[in-house]
Amino acid sequence: MSKRWLIATIAALSLIVAACANPTEGGGDATTTSSASDEETTTTAAAEETTTTAGESDSGGETPYEHLNAALNGDYTGTEVTVNAQWIEGEEENILSVLTPFEEATGIDITYEGLTDYETVLTVRVEGGDAPDIAQIAQPGKMRQFAAEGQLVALSDWINMDQIQTDYIQSFIDLGSHEGDMYGLFFKGDLKSIVWYPVQAFEDAGYAVPTTWDELVALSDQIVADTGATPWCVSMEHGDATGWVGTDWIEDILLRTAAPEVYDQWVAHEIPFNDPEVLEAAEYMSQIWFTDGYVYGGNTAINATFVGDTQTPMFSADGPECWFHKQAAWIPDFWPEGTEAGVDSAFFFFPPIEAEFGNPVLGAGDQWMMFNDRPEVRALVEFLATADAARPWIERGGFVSPNSSVPLDWYGAFPNNELAAIMANADTFRFDASDTMPAEVGQGSFWQAMIDWVAANGEGTEDVFQTVEDSWPAS
Amino acid sequence: MSKDQPGSSHERGLSRRTLVWGLAFLLALTLLWVGVVILLDPEAITRMLVSFYRLTGLEGQAAAIDERGLQEGFTRLITAVFALIVGVGGIWVLFTTGNALIEASPSPIRRHLRPWLFILPAMIFLGVYLVFPLVETIRLSLLEDGGFAENYSFVFTDPAMQVAMRNNALWLIIGTTGSVVIGLLFAALVDRVKREAFAKTFIFLPLAISAVGASVIWRFVYVWRPEGSEQIGLLNAVWTGIGNEPVPFLQTMPWNNFFLILIMIWIQTGFAMVVLSAALKGVPTELVEAARIDGASERQLFFRVVLPSIRGAIITVTTTIFIVILKVFDIVFVMTGGRFDTEVIANRMFSEMFRFRNFGKASALAVVLLIVVIPIMVVNIRNMRRQGVGT
Repeated sequence: MSKRWLIATIAALSLIVAACANPTEGGGDATTTSSASDEETTTTAAAEETTTTAGESDSGGETPYEHLNAALNGDYTGTEVTVNAQWIEGEEENILSVLTPFEEATGIDITYEGLTDYETVLTVRVEGGDAPDIAQIAQPGKMRQFAAEGQLVALSDWINMDQIQTDYIQSFIDLGSHEGDMYGLFFKGDLKSIVWYPVQAFEDAGYAVPTTWDELVALSDQIVADTGATPWCVSMEHGDATGWVGTDWIEDILLRTAAPEVYDQWVAHEIPFNDPEVLEAAEYMSQIWFTDGYVYGGNTAINATFVGDTQTPMFSADGPECWFHKQAAWIPDFWPEGTEAGVDSAFFFFPPIEAEFGNPVLGAGDQWMMFNDRPEVRALVEFLATADAARPWIERGGFVSPNSSVPLDWYGAFPNNELAAIMANADTFRFDASDTMPAEVGQGSFWQAMIDWVAANGEGTEDVFQTVEDSWPAS
Repeated sequence: MSKDQPGSSHERGLSRRTLVWGLAFLLALTLLWVGVVILLDPEAITRMLVSFYRLTGLEGQAAAIDERGLQEGFTRLITAVFALIVGVGGIWVLFTTGNALIEASPSPIRRHLRPWLFILPAMIFLGVYLVFPLVETIRLSLLEDGGFAENYSFVFTDPAMQVAMRNNALWLIIGTTGSVVIGLLFAALVDRVKREAFAKTFIFLPLAISAVGASVIWRFVYVWRPEGSEQIGLLNAVWTGIGNEPVPFLQTMPWNNFFLILIMIWIQTGFAMVVLSAALKGVPTELVEAARIDGASERQLFFRVVLPSIRGAIITVTTTIFIVILKVFDIVFVMTGGRFDTEVIANRMFSEMFRFRNFGKASALAVVLLIVVIPIMVVNIRNMRRQGVGT
């Protein structure tokens, strides 16, 4: 009898302890429930750094957005909005620095949840009827799928589109649109058309930063001749996402060898995936990837080395073992300890190939999607559309805003100011194709094709691209 | 109790007692339902407390809660206690009244109803969480994404799927055989070791870690670095140490499959060994001695006498490991993500479901796995019946 009581007591106690412990949700332990004190302690530093809060610059709620004005007026105090995104740890602090000023100015309670296994958890929540009010998404293709399924609220139905048209160039509005309505609000831009190089070694050897493709290839040859090292660091391994680096190269080159309309037709499948223009881009790419002695570790390394480790040989103590690494601006987070962006390695713009196509920029970015329609949710979306919203993150670095009303001097130091300058200088901007195409291709067969192509050391180009063309879903 | 006396209320069928207990049972059910509804609503506890305070005249407290809200920890404590009362107490009351109701019912009804009272909750849960998803999956595979024809023809004819099928076959054959054979070998050998428990622990240990944990460990075994750089992978360090070029194990097709299967064998061998070791110990010594007297060699002894007598255990182990390997996902997902020709069905199901949002195709894959596992389950159950376990 006493044993039973013991078991019952233990069970009861564990229930109580479980209830009193902090609840953790979702795929990671990055939940942030936002009671006022929580937000304060984690983001006090950020809040103090920003010189603007949402209220200040808009002196008494005079923004061009009606719901935001009402919110600033205190109309929605006490309401709750849930936000999901894939930003965790360091980046989570960044997004919180954006959301906290809004909370303080409007009294709306924002619950932000950063999820590690974002795709899976978001799908489960949406299918289970438990969608967050606002969710971040990196792939416009996914956003369009949600929109087609009727899960999203069309922003263009209620938001001040005149202001949006003023603040964002048409490309960004189109990227967030599905069948004429805008469902996604662009928030964060990511530039890919940059090549990192070792600053000191360049100076020592007296090399000049290449400004055209031919100069880039010539410089690569010169490095081989002068040092015997492989001039390029390239690698793709990323678990089930292996292959996206290759897709970035194809897209960036295609923008430089064909008109932007060709790129758009390619993404929309109005021309076949293996159109001769695309195969021509693949030719240029082979010049670098598959020339003997160009890539560190050869094609084996491309498939076997983790993307975060690609640039490590550049910092080797005996001098760079590879000299060029084309990768987006977040790569410094993966560099070895003690290396600094701008000091040990800086970047130059991925050079144009054919002069008539100017300076195209390939990028990616994050949009906000809206699942539930309530006035306070509208207010938050409008807030995120303003230039002020992103300012705390801009000042923290690693953030480029697609909002053209953001003054360039907010960008402070390297690398942000240079990135912003490239963005401003671009003749064309296009979004990463593999994120925009249907998922079966963009994250399925296109990635696989890159892997197979590399494994074959650049042979069978036509077959590889044909396979992708064949895999395009019928609808 | 006057149960069996003639003319008692008992034999008059539905009696007052039945009605009373029937009502009590329904009341318990209603209260339980209300309790669950309250627990699901986060505001309800607060409102309950406020009304409680108001009722008992503690106006000040009630006002304070209205203004500032309850402190998180305190609310959770109250919720936990309330949950205990509703959950444990409610179920207890439900079963007690239910049982009393059945006691108060006429005899034939009693006999039939009693077992149902106790298994009904479990059946409801199983129904909701097992049967309904099963039916729904089959339905999705037949109706979504272009229907039966497109989904199932995708499963069997798509080139990527054919690679996955081939890989699953490899996993099943090599993984199962490897685990059972090596497990049997260890079981036979460990029998004669002095510190048997010690040795067994080491072999069994991998089973205790998750498949993901095992995959991370083996990732560091298989890591590749270009020739000339420092090899941080165990295998490559040894391989280059004896003067060879480093080998990218996970990217070399098709051998990478075998390196992945090795991980599964590493995990499952412990299970096979433990079960087979117990079975080996159960072989009657008289049998072995009689065979020895009859002049059997050690090999003949093992293959002709011992193995047949542990046949049941071998089948159990084989079918269990078979089912585990059929579902393999973690190892492939973590190590290669299905790239480099290592795709397996479960991994593809995940991609179709969450990455491509093709619910029809994902469901079709799940149904195919289900169909493949049915014959194995039949063998397993038959085997268990033969061994006298269960009815």
